[in-house]
Amino acid sequence: MKLPSVTDRLARNRFVLDEAESHIHINQELAALTNIADALIACCPAQVYSKAEDGTILVEYAACLECGTCTTIADDAVLSWHYPRGGFGIQFREG
Amino acid sequence: MTWKTEEPDFEVIVIGAGVAGSVAAYQLAKQGRSVLLIERGEAPGSKNLSGGILYCNEMEKVFPDFLNQAPIERRITRNYVSFLNQDSSFAIDYQDTRLAHPVNAVTVLRAKLDAWLADQCTDTGVMVMPGVRVDAVLTETTDDGTQVVGVQAGEDKLTAHVVIAADGANSFISRAVGLRPKPKQNQMAVGVKGVISLPRRTIEDRFSLSGDQGAAFAVVGDCTQGVGGGGFCYTNLDSVSIGVVLRLDDLVAKKKAATRVFDHFLSHPLMAAYLEGGELREYGCHLVAEGGLDMVGDIHMGGLVVVGDAAGLTLNTGLTVRGMDLAVGSAIAAAKAVGTAIERQDVGAQALSVYRDLLFASTTGKDMERFARMPEFLERERLYSKYGDLLARIMHHIFNHDGTPREPAVKVAANAFSRSKVKIGQLLSDGLAGVRAL
Repeated sequence: MKLPSVTDRLARNRFVLDEAESHIHINQELAALTNIADALIACCPAQVYSKAEDGTILVEYAACLECGTCTTIADDAVLSWHYPRGGFGIQFREG
Repeated sequence: MTWKTEEPDFEVIVIGAGVAGSVAAYQLAKQGRSVLLIERGEAPGSKNLSGGILYCNEMEKVFPDFLNQAPIERRITRNYVSFLNQDSSFAIDYQDTRLAHPVNAVTVLRAKLDAWLADQCTDTGVMVMPGVRVDAVLTETTDDGTQVVGVQAGEDKLTAHVVIAADGANSFISRAVGLRPKPKQNQMAVGVKGVISLPRRTIEDRFSLSGDQGAAFAVVGDCTQGVGGGGFCYTNLDSVSIGVVLRLDDLVAKKKAATRVFDHFLSHPLMAAYLEGGELREYGCHLVAEGGLDMVGDIHMGGLVVVGDAAGLTLNTGLTVRGMDLAVGSAIAAAKAVGTAIERQDVGAQALSVYRDLLFASTTGKDMERFARMPEFLERERLYSKYGDLLARIMHHIFNHDGTPREPAVKVAANAFSRSKVKIGQLLSDGLAGVRAL
């Protein structure tokens, strides 16, 4: 069985996108100081995080599977993460 | 005594319609309490993932006909535990039809199971409110300290005598109210899981099962590329749930990408053969508490009790991984304690400490205590890297007849030892620690 790319995997899931607000916010200065970018990028199973050329961390919050890995490995001051508003985000059909 | 004479909106508010939350709500409604069950997902179950198999014992105490009425997938009759290396594997393959008579453990898919549980709640009079995120609990300061008196969801405030936090492994609710600390990295693991569609018949043929029998695989070693944790694979009716569980401190330290480790396990020849021709139906991830008893800590305060994953109730014994049965066990204890507290009109911290007493008098609490040393044992590095290799070396000597005269078994083992990276002292130490932890 050939595994689809992570993007294609996520495309098979059902998401209800909250277009009004992101549930993930990064303090870029602190993130740079604590050098957390690579760990966030590597650990997130949904590949929500990536790095821009200038080192800024980019957040694709719409892809988030809401596991909480990032918020466990990052300091709360660096990464503010809460669940999306009620009814939004990933909606597993199998689980 | 802590009791408010004015009538609250509900006697009990439960946050989270997972296994723990729904069972607690159901039990309290059966006692005649007014219960509100709030779920942030579109529907109960839509935020939840089954990380393994459900041992049914506790669930059958709540729903005697659970096996016939609930949407279960397969009844586990085969437990397969394997040390996986790059080119070899060594496994214990335990198959027993007695495990199905009576049924001991089943596979479930949470979107279906949790929806069924919530239906049982509705039928018993629980008000189930999906699509609502609880932002915080409401508190008041009393002579006995902080007392939880309700919940806040957006602009809405709802009051209750007792709030039950069943909000899952992250448990932001008990963190925000200062009851429980943020978990440490070595206390949490991320489970990454795929649900792969396969025809029923194919699953039964490949896993040597008949009818609705099921198999559960637990794998350590190369499946996680040396990261503390393991691989798992469970058969559903017409799909296979497969993935890896990775301890966060080790995942960060080893600088491995979670997605790569997942792909690596599914592509390993041992697993790939089972998945051939399958189609990925869903991809998900979820945190798992790995801290054992140490992590349970404070699970009650005035007006609040914490149940299930939110209370750190997961148990990895090396051979079996349990969570859902512990969620039920804690929900039974919580419902009893909360019901009694309301009846006696005292919902202060002291009155609700009965929850803790009941929990640790039950199988759930006793098992958490029994395996208290397990997390520390499972942090031993060699389990994930060297033992699989050592076992395969010994087996290779035994089964590979290369034409030379055979050596005595003791010498075979000694040779394999000297060539592997494990020292005798380490083996003894790990063996002793393992036995103690069990």
